[in-house]
Parts: sequence; C-alpha cells; structure tokens
Amino acid sequence: MTGQFRTAKGGRIDRAQKLLFSFDDVVYEGVQGDTLASALLANGVHLMGRSYKYHRPRGVLSAGSDEPNALVGLYRDKARYTPNLRAPCVELYNGLMADSQNRWPSLRWDIGIINDALSPLLPAGFYYKTFKWPAFAWKKYYEPFIRAAAGLGRSPTLADPDRYDNRWAHCDVLVVGSGPAGVSAALAAAESGARVILCDEQAELGGSLLSDVQANIDDQPAQAWLAGALATLARHPRVQLLPRTTAFGYFAHNMVGLSERITDHMAEPAAHLPRERLWQVRATEVVIAAGALERPLVFPHNDRPGVMLADSARTYVNRYGVKPGNLVVVATAHDSAYRAALDLHAAGVKIVTLADQRPSPSGPLIDAVRDAGIPLRVGTSVTGTGGGTRVRWVSLSSNGVSSEPVVCDTLLMSGGWTPSVHLFSQSRGRLRFDEALQAYVPGQSVERERSAGACRGVFGLAAALQDGAQAGAAAAKAAGYASARANPASAVGGEAGTGGWLGLVPGASPVKAFLDFQNDVTAKDIKLAVREGMRSIEHIKRYTTTGMATDQGKTSNMNALGVASGALDTPIPQVGHTTFRMPYTPVTFGAFAALSRDGLFDPARQTPMHDWAAENGAVFEDVGLWKRAHYFPKSSEDLHKAVDRECVAVRQSVGIFDASTLGKIEVVGPDAAEFMNRMYINAWTKLGVGKCRYGIMCREDGFVMDDGVVGRMAADRFHVTTTTGGAPRVLALMEDYLQTEWPDLDVWLTSTTEQWAVIAVQGPRARDVLAPLVEGIDISAKAFPHMSVAEGRIAGVPTRLFRVSFSGELGFEVNVPADYGRAVWEAIYASGQQYGITPYGTETMHVLRAEKGFIIVGQETDGTATPDDAGLTWAIGKAKKDFVGKRSLDRASMKGADRKQLVGLLTENPATVLEEGAQLVAGPKQPVPMTLLGHVTSSYHSANLGHSIALAMLSGGRARIGTSLFVPMPQGAIKVKIVDPVFYDREGARLDG
Amino acid sequence: MLIIDCPYCGKRPEIEFSYGGEAHIARPLDPAALNDEEWAAFLYARTNPKGLHAERWRHARGCGRFFNAVRDTVSDFFVTTYKTGEARPDATKKASA
Repeated sequence: MTGQFRTAKGGRIDRAQKLLFSFDDVVYEGVQGDTLASALLANGVHLMGRSYKYHRPRGVLSAGSDEPNALVGLYRDKARYTPNLRAPCVELYNGLMADSQNRWPSLRWDIGIINDALSPLLPAGFYYKTFKWPAFAWKKYYEPFIRAAAGLGRSPTLADPDRYDNRWAHCDVLVVGSGPAGVSAALAAAESGARVILCDEQAELGGSLLSDVQANIDDQPAQAWLAGALATLARHPRVQLLPRTTAFGYFAHNMVGLSERITDHMAEPAAHLPRERLWQVRATEVVIAAGALERPLVFPHNDRPGVMLADSARTYVNRYGVKPGNLVVVATAHDSAYRAALDLHAAGVKIVTLADQRPSPSGPLIDAVRDAGIPLRVGTSVTGTGGGTRVRWVSLSSNGVSSEPVVCDTLLMSGGWTPSVHLFSQSRGRLRFDEALQAYVPGQSVERERSAGACRGVFGLAAALQDGAQAGAAAAKAAGYASARANPASAVGGEAGTGGWLGLVPGASPVKAFLDFQNDVTAKDIKLAVREGMRSIEHIKRYTTTGMATDQGKTSNMNALGVASGALDTPIPQVGHTTFRMPYTPVTFGAFAALSRDGLFDPARQTPMHDWAAENGAVFEDVGLWKRAHYFPKSSEDLHKAVDRECVAVRQSVGIFDASTLGKIEVVGPDAAEFMNRMYINAWTKLGVGKCRYGIMCREDGFVMDDGVVGRMAADRFHVTTTTGGAPRVLALMEDYLQTEWPDLDVWLTSTTEQWAVIAVQGPRARDVLAPLVEGIDISAKAFPHMSVAEGRIAGVPTRLFRVSFSGELGFEVNVPADYGRAVWEAIYASGQQYGITPYGTETMHVLRAEKGFIIVGQETDGTATPDDAGLTWAIGKAKKDFVGKRSLDRASMKGADRKQLVGLLTENPATVLEEGAQLVAGPKQPVPMTLLGHVTSSYHSANLGHSIALAMLSGGRARIGTSLFVPMPQGAIKVKIVDPVFYDREGARLDG
Repeated sequence: MLIIDCPYCGKRPEIEFSYGGEAHIARPLDPAALNDEEWAAFLYARTNPKGLHAERWRHARGCGRFFNAVRDTVSDFFVTTYKTGEARPDATKKASA
C-alpha cells in the first residue's frame, strides 16, 4: 500500500526515506519522521483499536500523549512486546511490527462488539449491581470471566531483557515542555547564567511550534525561529536538552521524575544503550510549560473512526504531511478549529462545512475562513455521526432543527482547550477556576515552581512567548542569578481566539455520547450516577470510572465535570475536581526499577566460609539478606535424614558450624559497663575480664527484643553478639539511648558483624579438635571453663576464642578476622577429621538448641514476651535500680499468672511432629471458636532423643507442667503432655565434654 | 522525596535518614518513682499535632547522629533542624492553622 493521503510537500518528514512497517500483519509504507499514527493515516487507516468495555471500533483521536483510543502493542521479539502504547507517540522505524488490542478474532470483526449491542444493560455501576449474588459465584464464575474479558493489552510473558538506567541531576531551573513558553523560559533562564534542563515528551523539541506553518516570530517563520532558539540552547554549556523525556511526576521539595526513552525509536538499538533512563531531578526552581489539551465535543457516536480533534488534524497535515481525509466537516465551539480548517484547506483538503455551535462568532480567524470560501454555519452543533468503522456522514442541528446528514469521511471537533495542570496539581498547588476561561488554572503554589503559557491559561503565541520569558527570568532570579532582562520574542499570527464548551453539546442526546473514550463512559452514565445519589465528583468518578483509564482523563475530565455540573445543577467550582496523580503518562516498570534488579535489588550477604559450604554440598536458606547453610546432605539424603545425622554427630563426637552471621557490636569506653547495665536486663559490673554472659535486651515496654552472648574483653571493652537479624536494630537502639538519653556516658559503639568470621565447634571432641591449633590460651576444662573468653592465636591467626555452647555440648566459638575465616575453618576441619568432624547447618543448630530448651528471639518470643515469660528471670540483675524495660516489667499485668510462658510439649505418639504455629486448647470438642491457651513455637523430630519435641508459649504454662492439652488439627486433635522445656541433659553435665 | 538538613552534615535526601518519633520526651531519671499512668503516658502518649511537630530524626546512613527537627505535618515541609539537647526554637512553638 502507498500513502495516498500523504501531501506532496511540507512537514517535518523525509519523504525520501521510506520505512516499511506492519499493523495487524498488513505491511504499509511510511517515511522517516512519521509516528505510527501518522503513517497509518497516510495509508487511510483510521481504525486502530477497540474500546475497553463495549469493543466499539475506534480511530485515532489526537496527535499526542492524550490519545485515548489508538492503543497498540509493539513487538520486537518474544521478550520485547510492549502493550498499550499510544500510536501518536510511537515513532516509526523500519521493520516496526504493531498490532491492535482488545479484539478477537480481528480488529474489523470483533466478537466483543456484542457488548455494544448489550450496552443498555451495561450502564455505570453494572458490575457492582449485578455480580453480587449468589456469593459463591463471584470467585467461581464472575471473576474469572471478567478477568478474561477485561484489561487492555496483554503483558509480555518473558523477563525484560533490556537494560534501564537511572540518573540523579541537579539544576537551577527545570523547564517542563518545549513549546513557545518553555523554549522562551529556557532562553531567559540560560541568559541569566542558571543551570537549565529543558525536557519534552516528544521526539522533537518545539511543541506546538512544530505544527505552525503560518505564524512568524522575530520576523522569521516560527519553525525557523525555533531551530535558531534550540541551536542557541544546545550551544549553551549550562543547558541540557532532553527530548523524548516525560516529566511524569512532581515529588516533594522540587524533585521531578523524568522518564527518558532512548532506544524505542531505533530500528536496531545499539547494544550499549539502555532502553530508558529514569531521571530524578532536584531543581531549585521549576517552570511548568506543559501547554493545553484540546477537548472533544460530546454528542452521540462521537467516537467513530474518522472523528478527530481539530488541532490534531492540523498537526497531522502541517507536521507529518498527512491529510486525515478528503471530505472534512469541522464542528467547533472555539476559534482555534478555524485555524485547523484553514491549514487543511491550504493543503488541498476539502472542508465541506465548518459548523460553529456559537451563534455569532467573530474575529480574524472567522473572517479568514469566510474569505477562503469555506462554508460556515454558525449556531449549528453536531448531534451525531453515521457509518460503520469510519464516519460517513454527520448530523448537524440548529436551534433544535436537524438538517440533512452531511456526507464526509472525517469530522474534526474542538470543544476548546484545557490547561494541562497535572504537574502543578501533583506538586500540591491549589487550582483555581477561571470563570472567563471556564477552566481550572494554577492558583496558589506550594513548591518553588511557576507555570507559563497555555498550562496556566495564557493562550496565543505572542502571549506564550512573553509569559515564558518572564517565568524563565523570574525562576533564574529566584534561584539566585542576577536578573537578565526578560526579552521575549515577538510574534505575528498564532492568535489565541476565544470560545469553548464543557459537556454535552446543545441539542444532543447523552446516549452513546462519549466522555471518556478509553473507559467507555458516556454523558448518560454521569447522569445516571447523579440520579443514583452520587454528589461528589470523586464518587461520580469512581462509580462511572470516568478519568480512571491510563490516559487519566486528559481529554475527558472537564467534559465529565461539565455534564456533572449540569446534572447536579451546581456550578463547576462547587462540584470541584478530582485529584491528579503521577504518572502523567504510563512509565515502564523497567524505568522505575532501573538497575535495582536481581542482586542489586535483593543483595545476598555471604559469610567468609560460604564458598566452602557450597563446595561441600550445602543447601542454603535465606535469613534476612544472608545466605546460610541450612544442612549438608550426603548423597541422596533429604533434609530430615541429613539433620538426624548431623544432630547425632554433634552429640556423639563433634560438629562445625558457621555462626558468622551473628550480629556483633564492640562496646568500648570508660562507661561501657554502666552502659551495658542500663541497656541489658543483666548485671555486668561484676563480670570479670575473660568471662562471658548470656545477655537479654528488652525494649522500654518490657518485652524481649534481642539476646546474645557478651564477652568482657577488658574492663572498658565488651564484645556483644546479637541475633542474626537483630544487629542493626540493636545498634540503633543503643545509639538512641547513648546519644539522646545518656550523652554523659563515655562510650563508643562499633558494628563489627562483618569483621569477624565465627566458627562454632561443638561436641564432646571439640577441645581435642582445637587444642593442636590454639596458641597462647590454655583451653583445658579447668583453665578455660564454660563462659570464658580469651585472646590468642589459632592456626597462626589472631582470635577471640569463646567457650560457649548453643547445643548443650562442650563448645567453642572461634572468632577470627573475616579474611582468615575460610583458612581457619579448613584448618579446624582438617584437625577434626580423626574425630569425624561433621559440618552442620542452621536446621541442626535449631534442633540441638530446642533439645536444650534454648529460645530463639522472634521464634519463641514475638514482641509480647517478657523475660519471665521466656523463662529468663534468672538473668535479671535484681540489684539494678534501672535498666531499659525495668519499670514496665513492674506493672501488675506483666506478672500475671496467666501470661503465656515457655513450656515443652511431648506427643503421645513419638513420631508425631506438631506444626509450628498450631494452637493449644483444653478440650478438643469445645465449640468453635475454641478458647486458645497458647501456641507451638518450635517443633522437631529429635534423633538424639528418639521422639519428637516441641516448645510452646502457654497461658500459665509452668503451672500446667504434668497436665495434658490438645492441638486441634484438620485431621483430628493431637493430645500433648506439658513438660519442662529442657529435654536433654537437664543437669548440664555434658558442657564439659 | 524530602530534603532534610542534618545539623552536622547539611542537606541530604530523605533516604539517608530514619524517623525517631516525637522529640523532647525525656526518659524519666527515676522511672520507679512514676505510677503506672505516668509511665504509660511517657511510653505511649504522643501529641500528633496538625501543624508544627518537633520530632527526632537520625542520619542513619550518614553521620549516624540523632537530631531534632520541626516539621509542618500539613505541608510536610521542615521549618528547622537542631541538635539533640538544644531547646525547641520558640518561633516554632505555635501550631500552624
């Protein structure tokens, strides 16, 4: 096919550079500089999509990012499919493959159009009213059906293979929009010496100037002036120009999010380029020059392909060299459509009629249309269209009298202009309703920004140039630059014109009179919502979904407001407006994620011995960001077999365990012991150098927050360990008290988690394994008893050696500088070979400690457990006058006999392993909801004991020891005996090996 | 994203900071002397004003220091920041409309 609607000359396209592309598998020809929409129009294709709800055929409505109808999917390869792109925003490249959406089996023959025939049955709120009964049907029938039928494009199914980048930028003045006001603002700000960023969503900078072929600026054609101005800006060392960059979000303190599209317009993107770049720009001052959006007219069947916005048609003719049709009717309520009619006329398009619904329009544009011989009918509104998938005729009506249908192939419409206040509104600025303009314009600012040009209701080329220059100069001055004279360019032509209309056109029916094209909302729906009691525009919006589609109601919101205002019989300012939210246009998830993917999104922390564990077959588990060895299966062992073997090996001989993930904090200073006394429930003053103690930390509310062994390395130095996940929280709490409550204490806190590798060696043979490697420490039972710590060397490396046990066996924890972790681990492993030393993971560690009734903070405790609840009263320093949490623990309710307390559970059947989290009840036959007495916190099979064991938090638990309760489960209640939580070696005889 | 003026480091983006709740609530020197109601008030009662709010922040991913700030909870803008231990500036004590 050739582009039979292409003009012979003019436009910002290169007719010599032909591009082949396909749309729904039909191959067409376009040219360099086309968008997908302009190239399709050049081939006479208006039908580009089906509507969301009624599947009505839809053509392209606009030439910009406000396009609601022409949504297409772009296919590059299996992983690169992008849905819901607006055809006027897709730059054409050779080989582009696009398809239409929301139709089956084809765009022209779409079975979903049945919804259009059924539309009297599908009014606003239909879903709310219809799919309520019966309740079970929602999940089973309605939801699957609606989900299958709903939605716009389909999402790609493979991982996104493209790279996305992000960048931070600072500037003095950010100018959003590069139309006459924006370029003028950037020039003025740059002349003042300010650092300027000028961004625009389109491929070329220039905005409306790119479509202007009549006006002159500074005695040159507008586009020639634009080229000069952009060249000046490009040469300026302190100016950055960003085309293809949408300012999509305005965030607090003048941070503006920009989305830059880098490769989407390229036929073969270079491999080194990211697809998109997210800019987070912190601007001292912002100038918003976002322009205005033309409104459709609201009348029945205003959505038929071939119906377009008048100024968009002008853009297609002037900028892209494309005639939207051969026989054009123009319907308007604003002068600006006259300019479109004149430009199309000049390009050789026949204007059948220009119908102006205003009774007596006047002005230079009206005169020019009359002079050009274009038939003009005033006081005449458009009340309908006919045809199938393309408009074939329109109905016009004057004073309630319909005229003969007017034959045409294109209808251009203009309801006037809506200032684009989205960004201003996102900045939390207050909008003000301008009665003269019948538009919301920026009122009071919150951020350091100002609007310029059409987006604040200053229309017309000369006024926009001047307004922009003033805004640019003022912004630079506010940013601290000496005021340059605002020296605006002068313009001839591009007059503003007057007029405008909100809501249903006079004499038109509201049925099938579309407001929101993308969400298929009609004027009738708004009236229905009002009849059904909606009063707030926010409720009307949600009930009808008007303005809630991906275009956020750019073309529809003001018309919806006009209809609502009429239906409510309330002036527009009292009806109010809905809230504008980011993003202005859709932004890809890729751009938001940028480099934060995979390991950069979810970093993995690995211990110094990680690779050894991996080489030796460890299965890892995630603990926070850490990768911890979960267990070390041999040949075909599963988790349970491996853990049983590891557990037995530790108790019978010796095991080796990587405990490097333990949090570590070095507490140092003359007041270190006093500080520890205040932070922990334990007493520290009398703890001798070279000794350790199991420390418990509460929050100020008295509940257990963390625990860990603390070694006293010197009178003024403590080696504090915390839980693996708790280290940052503990350090933050310590810093909080030290800095804000006790600044008089002379103490320093340093996180040393990453500095120490920790190797736990546990089991009766532990001493035998370590003895040959240790220098400078006598580790005999007598010289180095349980809960000792000393500094020396191991395998030639400096060590802090702890004699501690989280297994109940003779145990050591070898701390060495992290870089030596693997070497020392391997030396200990080699030394242990003669004893069959067994590497074990976190699961075995958990079983061994549960056999001993040792708690895990966060497993047995849940933020509502006191030290006494967890059976740790013995640890409290009774003589201490104060510590964090002490006063709270003195409250009566913290000592109640019915508090949940730590107990052990034994099942009647030794093979039954309870489910963690299961509840405990007195009688299994009581009616639901049962009285819950407690819950299982830890539960394992114990190979060493030959039966299952469990820990539980149970109301009044210690008093219930010896009694039985039940664990109700779906398969039946399980009877359990309440026992002491220590299952193994209650006397502690094994601690010395 | 807010810009927060750390009294030690200067202006930095919000992600470097962590929030620390209402400021100027000193831990009682002798908690045992408080009855349960007084202690509960210290632990839990906070003003939550609409308007100017003195609150603690920590430059957690910077210098690590706690400091105080006065922020307008209506506009979310900071009025001032000052070091821990300094009194709240008088000019910030009037709640905004």
